[in-house]
Amino acid sequence: MSPRRKRIAAVCSILAGMTLATTLILTAFEKNLLYFYSPTQIANGEAPTTRSFRIGGLVMADSVKRNNDSLEVSFTLTDTIHQIDVVYNGILPDLFREGQGIVANGKLESDKHFKADEVLAKHDENYMPPEVALALEAANAKMPQQKYKTAR
Amino acid sequence: MIPELGNFSLILALAMAIIQTLFPITGAANGNLAWMSLARPAAWLQFLFVTLSFIILIYLFLTNDFSVSYVAQNSNSLLPAIYRFSAVWGAHEGSLLLWVFILSLWTVAVSFYSKRLPLYFLARVIGVMGSVSVGFLLFMLFTSNPFDRLLPTPADGSDLNPLLQDPGLIIHPPMLYMGYVGFSVAFGFAIAALLGGNLDTNWARWSRPWTLLAWLFLTLGIALGSWWAYYELGWGGWWFWDPVENASFMPWLIGTALIHSFAATEKRDVFKNWTILLAICVFALSLLGTFLVRSGVLTSVHAFATDPERGIFILVLLGFFVGGSLLLYALRAPTTTRSGQFKLCSRETFLLFNSVLLLVAMLTVLLGTLYPLIAETIGVGKLSVGAPYFNAVFIPIMMPIIIMIGIGAIVRWRQDDAVRVWKQLRILFVGSICIGTALGILFFDDHLFRTSVGIVAALWVLTTSCSALLARIKQHQHKLLALRMIPRGFYGMTIAHIGFAVTIIGITITSQHSVDIHQRMAPGDSIEFADYSFQLEALRPVSGPNFQATEAVVKVMKNGIYITKLRSQKRIYSVRNMPMTEAGIHSNLVRDIYISLGEPLENNAWSIRLYHKPFVRWIWLGAIFMAIGGLLAATDRRYRFNIQHQKTVSLPRSSGSPVSANIK
Repeated sequence: MSPRRKRIAAVCSILAGMTLATTLILTAFEKNLLYFYSPTQIANGEAPTTRSFRIGGLVMADSVKRNNDSLEVSFTLTDTIHQIDVVYNGILPDLFREGQGIVANGKLESDKHFKADEVLAKHDENYMPPEVALALEAANAKMPQQKYKTAR
Repeated sequence: MIPELGNFSLILALAMAIIQTLFPITGAANGNLAWMSLARPAAWLQFLFVTLSFIILIYLFLTNDFSVSYVAQNSNSLLPAIYRFSAVWGAHEGSLLLWVFILSLWTVAVSFYSKRLPLYFLARVIGVMGSVSVGFLLFMLFTSNPFDRLLPTPADGSDLNPLLQDPGLIIHPPMLYMGYVGFSVAFGFAIAALLGGNLDTNWARWSRPWTLLAWLFLTLGIALGSWWAYYELGWGGWWFWDPVENASFMPWLIGTALIHSFAATEKRDVFKNWTILLAICVFALSLLGTFLVRSGVLTSVHAFATDPERGIFILVLLGFFVGGSLLLYALRAPTTTRSGQFKLCSRETFLLFNSVLLLVAMLTVLLGTLYPLIAETIGVGKLSVGAPYFNAVFIPIMMPIIIMIGIGAIVRWRQDDAVRVWKQLRILFVGSICIGTALGILFFDDHLFRTSVGIVAALWVLTTSCSALLARIKQHQHKLLALRMIPRGFYGMTIAHIGFAVTIIGITITSQHSVDIHQRMAPGDSIEFADYSFQLEALRPVSGPNFQATEAVVKVMKNGIYITKLRSQKRIYSVRNMPMTEAGIHSNLVRDIYISLGEPLENNAWSIRLYHKPFVRWIWLGAIFMAIGGLLAATDRRYRFNIQHQKTVSLPRSSGSPVSANIK
């Protein structure tokens, strides 16, 4: 193969690879991006009702309720201004506790009810998910800053 | 006093690293022999001082010196000694020291085992590696010194993160770092070649065994991390596409492309610039990985540090090394002109295709990892990219790679006859499809298409690798002698590819056929699940050295035959008051059964997760195969007897027939 043809082959292979990748990425990307919404944004009606998204906040004290027969559990998340009820069927992570900042993935079922497919609490008792910390800051500028210093 | 000694030793190491950088590189540029020969002693002294610092930090942990801030934050007098030892690299500062320690270890290894390198070249390699060391030592001394004192001294430490109190974590970080940092050798060789303008096949041959070693450590490190996540996080997952996992996976992908590209550069004198670029890229990704993990810009289990100053420092380092080397590349790469010739149907073509695809695969992972950061910076919104994206993109890209592995193993260097290749491959091709599909239908009930595709892919890689080995043996008159004549590198390649096939099987079957249930169980309850019966025999309190736990004992039976008793614990680590789940796992070659304790419910019941994960061990078994393959290839005799090989280097181009090039 002449150097010229070889170069053309190389360029073509790179182009073909890039095209393939771009197509795959764009289709997969659009489907799988999870946006984050705070309880306040949900209360303002900014969150989508058709696709999954991610919420976060503090688990309100005394809000965790379990079903006696199944593993269904419900709790309330707050960013100190607005609340949202979350329903989840399954085992909560080790660090899920009342007062803890958590993140959940799922869908909005009705106005104030979020059905979670996945609940995430990170493996550090002082850890505050950055999204939650920002949401809290946005919701209430008076919140003591140093409490969330790990977040940023 | 002792911590100050450690600190002082670090400063001396920095001084040595500066000498190790400046004198050899300027010496090599001016032809100053005395300056060039400073490279080795400076590297040895730097290693000595870094090792001293490292030993001192270990000593501080073992003796519970809580006057040192890093020790106080990551250890406790109740912590078992082995975890006090591994706590040395349990968090940011210590893991940086480990980074630098491993870097100096690699540098010393290079200085010892490269005696046949020309002095000017060795001086440059060691100088470049010294400059990386300077960067990281400065970073450590200015932003994250493990020897900083804490006043007032606390009575006891705040303990190591319970998640890290595990045997897997003793060896996972050192392995991973051996890989990450090991690529600095390839980087050093690439930059040295660019600086000297001698982009011949020599540098590829010198650099190749080091890159293979780094790659095999990274392979093992990633596999260990995956295995640890599997049993320690209690979720039964073995890969989460977590940013930190991606940070180690991206250098692996490019490292894989690099070791293959090296083969072509060394043997056939082609893709020289491409190989250099990959070598720069793999090290840049190692640095990026360090940046992502250590700066705390990404949300992750591993992100300990959340200090923006540190992030900026690493970003500056990254900019310096990547920008500088790419600039050098832009200036020097166009000067390489002479290159081996090859036809479209040749091993070179398939290697090129594969390395381009691996690069594309890496870019998709990079995009998914960094996009949340970019989106937040440009104000698109806060978002995350989940595992479905990576699975949807990554698997289709792997498919052509898998197909080409098979063809690449068979097709000859330089030029081959497409008809001959097809004749050798068609039976394997059709056979893999038929047998793979049959196996899928025979053993599995659902997800037939995906399972079969996975099995077919694995069979394809397996059979083509074996067929290539058989073809090599057939070329010789004496079949037994042939087994000894075939170079170790070829065995290495075959075993690594078989390992890849094993991993494909593991990933396919585990992800398609794992089942799990979340169950509420009280003592005495039993449940039928995945052909096994699980009976919760007892729940009992257990106390460990630094935790209290509830242990569930579950008896597992199959068709009335006793299999095992699984124990899963829910531990509360007393110092951090942090809960942790210890899973109970029973494994054999074809399946794992896995239980983990959830939460306490009323009436002495607990929620329990049960998993049945077929073939999950194969994922890591394949990685072990790949590592063994890498080791065989790295210790091929042509790297051990450099001089002997020097004479034969020019052979493949002068001897016209592709077959003779192949035999060699």
